[in-house]
Amino acid sequence: MASDRVDTSVQVLEVSGERQERLRYELKRLPWIPVVIIFLMVFAAIFAPLIAPHSPTKQSLRDKLQPPAWQEEGSAKHLLGTDILGRDILSRLIYGARVSLIVAFTALLAGGAIGGVLGLLSGYAGGKTDTFIMRAVDATLAFPTILFALLLAVTMGQGLQTVVLAVTLILWARFARVTRGEVLGLKDNDFVALAHVHGCSGTRIMFVHIMPNVFNSFMVMLTLHVGLVILTEASLSFLGAGIPPPTPSWGQMVADGRAKVATAWWISIIPGVAITMVVIAFNVFGDWLRDRLDPKLRQL
Amino acid sequence: MQKYILNRLLQGIVLLFIVALIVFALARATGNPADLMVPEDATEEERQFVERNLGLDRPYHVQLFVFLTGIVRGDFGDSIVYKKPAAELFFERLPNTLKLLPLSMFIAISVAIPLGVVAAVKRGTWIDQVAGAIAVFGVATPNFWIAIVCIYIFSVWLDVLPPGRMGGPLHYILPAFTLGTFSIAGIMRLIRSSMLEVLDTEYVKLARIKGLQEWKVFWKHCLRNALIPVLTLFGVFVGGFVTGAIVTETVFAWPGIGRLTIDAVAQRDFPLLQAVILLDAVIILAVNLMVDILYAYINPRIRYD
Repeated sequence: MASDRVDTSVQVLEVSGERQERLRYELKRLPWIPVVIIFLMVFAAIFAPLIAPHSPTKQSLRDKLQPPAWQEEGSAKHLLGTDILGRDILSRLIYGARVSLIVAFTALLAGGAIGGVLGLLSGYAGGKTDTFIMRAVDATLAFPTILFALLLAVTMGQGLQTVVLAVTLILWARFARVTRGEVLGLKDNDFVALAHVHGCSGTRIMFVHIMPNVFNSFMVMLTLHVGLVILTEASLSFLGAGIPPPTPSWGQMVADGRAKVATAWWISIIPGVAITMVVIAFNVFGDWLRDRLDPKLRQL
Repeated sequence: MQKYILNRLLQGIVLLFIVALIVFALARATGNPADLMVPEDATEEERQFVERNLGLDRPYHVQLFVFLTGIVRGDFGDSIVYKKPAAELFFERLPNTLKLLPLSMFIAISVAIPLGVVAAVKRGTWIDQVAGAIAVFGVATPNFWIAIVCIYIFSVWLDVLPPGRMGGPLHYILPAFTLGTFSIAGIMRLIRSSMLEVLDTEYVKLARIKGLQEWKVFWKHCLRNALIPVLTLFGVFVGGFVTGAIVTETVFAWPGIGRLTIDAVAQRDFPLLQAVILLDAVIILAVNLMVDILYAYINPRIRYD
């Protein structure tokens, strides 16, 4: 094992070897399949026009209801088959990934920001502010997400903004609750007291001293909620209160095939598989991130 | 205890008030609510008539007062499409939805409790992993899609169950199953974690030391105590049930409140939607309140929080 004659350079080498070992270990533990699925989805969403074999909206009644390529009557022209209007399902899936990710990205950004700031405020200020914000959080969480979204869809009209707004309205409460809990655990620490003694303002303590410490849980929350947002958007689109028809979205694709399950199962089943796979991928990845960055969130 | 109940009751009323306020504000924030209250092809005169009739030409605080007192009296306005009081429609349809509740709960519980208990007892083994995988799938699979897959398997492929609509006992199986899957993953995870906690306590260790049969320890001593936190899940279950009913009843053409909600959305019947949402909120809050009270009754430590 270790001998006295080992000089420093070898020690350095040993240390870096250990680090490499650790990196290799981390990479081995990385959930590769979910990472690949997430990467594929993001790639498909960004480069949709380049990789989609057909237009997602172009109807061609001559090609309608073609089964996927591996079925007997299927052809290589439409790998995953076509729907009732003869639209290529693969291309619609690729463009649908776009819609899902846009909704997830904007809603999480907005909901996370609002919830994060309100949670900081609620946890740090305490007292009446805390009670007020937490009551609002309770009210939001007591109310089923879908009802909120349906209400918005009728009052504002259907569309991307409505879906994003509806999801944001739900997400902020979850983020606010978790952030508040984190802040409550942090604010009695000595470093906060020290900042206070140094004459830092409340705003400065909140944003400069406390916020960076909440950041890890915040990132974990973000990843763990991507799946939820994608599912919510899909449910809304399925119910006809989400993204309006010409734009392809996964939930709406499942709804399109509903009446044709008996003869053309692929129209409904394939987008559902896509939703499930992507949501599992994001959830597993989120779990991994949580275990890496913030194991105490596990109790949630 | 009385103080606790009163406190929770007040909280519930405040929550309900906030929900009503949100509905009120949304109808007005996005333009003239009269547009939402009349059919889309209404003439200008009809619109003004409705506006005057509903008091929409009066100041907001008066409107809010009228709106809130209406709710207290149980008057939620008339549905545009059905030309009937919205609350009446809601209570006509409610029994159909409630008929699905017992079976779907039975399905959820009879799958989730054994799985959760076994996963906790055989922690770390393949059984635990299978249970975990079921939970992962349960959370990630869209329920409307599960419903369609069920129709494909049982109605199209095997041709043993009807694909929808109300009817004989067989008609209940698929909708109830779909509704049950909404909460299987959640209940299972909760049972597993609370079982793990109970398994670690002194009295369980004592029971095992004194040589009680293992299955008796697990299924009697542990499960009974592990079930206490699960009571809260009933509240969660009902919340999920309302959401689940919307999706399930849409897929299976089931004439309950979920279907009523979607019809109200599709036909832009705002007074009906408003009533359904508020009444749903009342039900969810009432159930949660009952669960909280029952919980405090069983577990006195809660009351001092």
